[in-house]
Amino acid sequence: MLRDITLGQYYQTESVIHKLDPRVKLGGTLLYIVSLFFFKNYLGYVVAALFLGIVIKLSRVPFKFMVRGMKSIIMLLMITVVFNLFLTPGTPLISVWKLTITAEGLKLATTMAIRLVLLIIGSSVMTLTTTPNNLTDGMEKMMRPLKIFKVPVHEVAMMMSIALRFIPILLEETDKIMKAQIARGADFESGNLIKRAKALVPLLVPLFISAFRRANDLAMAMEARCYRGGEGRTKMKPLVYKKRDYLGYGFVVIYLVVGIFVGRL
Amino acid sequence: MGIIKAKDLVYEYIRRDEDGNVEGINTAVDHVSLDIKQGQFIAILGHNGSGKSTLAKHMNAILNPTEGTLWVDGMDTNEEKNIWNIRQTAGMVFQNPDNQIIGQVVEEDVGFGPENMGIPTKEIWERVEESLRAVGMYEFRKHSPNKLSGGQKQRISIAGVLAMHPKCIVLDEPTAMLDPSGRKEVIRAVRGLNDVEGITVILITHYMDEIIHADKVFVMDKGKIAMEGTPREIFSQVEKLQELRLDVPQVTLLAHELKKQGVKLPDGILTTKELIAALGI
Amino acid sequence: MSIILDHVNYIYGEDTALMVKALNDICLTIPKGQFIGVIGHTGSGKSTLMQHMNGLIKATSGHIYFNGEDIYDDDYDLKKLRSKVGLVFQYPEHQLFEMDVFSDVCFGPKNLGLEKKEVELRAFDALRKVGLPEDLFYQSPFELSGGQKRRVAIAGVLAMKPEVLILDEPTAGLDPKGRDEILGQIKQLQTETGMTIILVSHSMEDVAEYVDRIIVMNKGSVMYDDVPKKVFAHYKELEQVGLAAPQVTYIMHALHEKGLDVKVDATTIEEAAGDIVKALRGKA
Repeated sequence: MLRDITLGQYYQTESVIHKLDPRVKLGGTLLYIVSLFFFKNYLGYVVAALFLGIVIKLSRVPFKFMVRGMKSIIMLLMITVVFNLFLTPGTPLISVWKLTITAEGLKLATTMAIRLVLLIIGSSVMTLTTTPNNLTDGMEKMMRPLKIFKVPVHEVAMMMSIALRFIPILLEETDKIMKAQIARGADFESGNLIKRAKALVPLLVPLFISAFRRANDLAMAMEARCYRGGEGRTKMKPLVYKKRDYLGYGFVVIYLVVGIFVGRL
Repeated sequence: MGIIKAKDLVYEYIRRDEDGNVEGINTAVDHVSLDIKQGQFIAILGHNGSGKSTLAKHMNAILNPTEGTLWVDGMDTNEEKNIWNIRQTAGMVFQNPDNQIIGQVVEEDVGFGPENMGIPTKEIWERVEESLRAVGMYEFRKHSPNKLSGGQKQRISIAGVLAMHPKCIVLDEPTAMLDPSGRKEVIRAVRGLNDVEGITVILITHYMDEIIHADKVFVMDKGKIAMEGTPREIFSQVEKLQELRLDVPQVTLLAHELKKQGVKLPDGILTTKELIAALGI
Repeated sequence: MSIILDHVNYIYGEDTALMVKALNDICLTIPKGQFIGVIGHTGSGKSTLMQHMNGLIKATSGHIYFNGEDIYDDDYDLKKLRSKVGLVFQYPEHQLFEMDVFSDVCFGPKNLGLEKKEVELRAFDALRKVGLPEDLFYQSPFELSGGQKRRVAIAGVLAMKPEVLILDEPTAGLDPKGRDEILGQIKQLQTETGMTIILVSHSMEDVAEYVDRIIVMNKGSVMYDDVPKKVFAHYKELEQVGLAAPQVTYIMHALHEKGLDVKVDATTIEEAAGDIVKALRGKA
């Protein structure tokens, strides 16, 4: 169950998109997400979907994987759609009992749904094609100017990278502790909210202890391997723009121009 | 002076109660002296709480002695300025395979040490490749460590240390959490480092079968060195080992038992072959 | 009769590219009072199999009967099953969470809805059965040694008074001393209470001297299921799947090959030594 979350997971394969500089992917994804909120008509979304389709095709990641990422946000999607559908004032279309669907509501709900789906798939493409390490590297380099304002850019990036590495391990551990407590008669599924929250104690306490133990071990292992912060560190995979990266930026710009031109007609 | 030398090493830690008051002082390492020569394969044995891991952590300057001195390649671990050179000279592999891998791709993890040392990019790649080949994990370089077996993860950790080009590797119970096939893989890799690369190996373990090939064995008990010698010398003292609650390989035990029943055999038989030869059949 | 597994299959991640057949047509009978060793290397399906026995994982197909009742019946009380079939996970000390040892052991029986007095009685009894010194009962479980923590965790399951106790690698990560103590305690428990015990391990040497029966798992199937001597006779096949018979088996086979008239199925040192001495005398 917990393992089904694909958001933030890397899919190993060889493709142009995988090879792109993470900064291109980060910047591209950011621009793509922003663009989704600029369109005034459906044609814009067609262009956006087309662009995404090409990128997915190029990435060689099975489409199934993208869709599986959607499962985890299906509730959010439903809530957004329902809220927009029923709570937008305007010209009524259908009225059932106290609920009214308006033309504006229908339009807003569809737009929101399309936006959300494209947004999630768009960011999944980025995370599926970029190793989290690479991603944090990209962020570190993009945010380097912030160092002037004493933002600990390297430390933040390292923290994120470690957190990402340990998420699968901690999820597995959660699963195991949960099962162990169920074997001791624990019940995580029934009872009211307070009872359920209380039932979580036997799960959370061991989990925290384990997380601290792991953190301790890891800190020791990092020090043993001469880690002493970002100063004086070299990179195994330094980020250098190549030809394909400029092409990548170019492709994003073309999309933006076409999208905004068509989408704001 | 050898690559690692300890003189009257003592490590004490203070136990405190909930309010932070001192409850008592535990001596984890108690006046240990040893001298390890470059290129040796050393095993340190002992059960949990015997002080063997505490001793190991001194060799990497993770812990500093309460009393006495430890030198790594002539550098005193008490001196702050030596710390990074010491860690580069004596690499360390820990027990839990999950809690020491930092990278999310095998090759990136192996590159972590050299990155920290400020090695130029091109050389990092060379080091990563040669280290992964040395432990037989090169074909897994693009894999995520999460999908590997325990034995494979430990080999990655060894490669990660190897990429720092240490003179000495200290392995703190690297096989305690592995299954028998994983244990074999790791020990094979460790022996390779010693035989092929000539790196000094200090293997801390409680598995007897892993120390048969060591040049020298130290047995620790209650923070002190209780026995020291070649594996054969150690295994000749079956009763003493049993007293220290340590395992003895079954073949050694069998030879010991046969001897007790009047069969003429030399002390310290380590392999089936030796037993057959000694029985004269 | 206590547990019967009838053509149990478990497929993991069905309909995906990562489909794995974790258990393949398992048929087993676990009679009351037996001490069983389940051996297999990592990924052989042994842990998955154990989690089926107390209903933590539901089989994709097949049936499991506990004391004659199908545990997959709609009205079957799985919670009750879990109290009857106790499962101690690998590294069970990681599940400890209470402020003191005693309360932690009380967790299981408390969940069964028992009276406070009965809960405490059971906790006390369980802690004594695992041989934990009484002065540690009210200490924080996190201050104990590795071996002690593990005993507390085992007591936590014992306090539910299970009829069957399953232990998944109870000696993992312990030193020889801790290992011998835990295994000895389990053996004692079995002889004293007649409890059915299933010991999961990847080490033949560890279980050989304790168990009545060995089930060898490989790639999700039962490879051998017999008394230890007969299982070890297949030492060559075991080797091929990454398992090994106790070293003494190899020694006896090697001696036999060299023409010494010894029985090859000795499993303990004493047995082997006696046999070799006899053979040597016969030769002389």
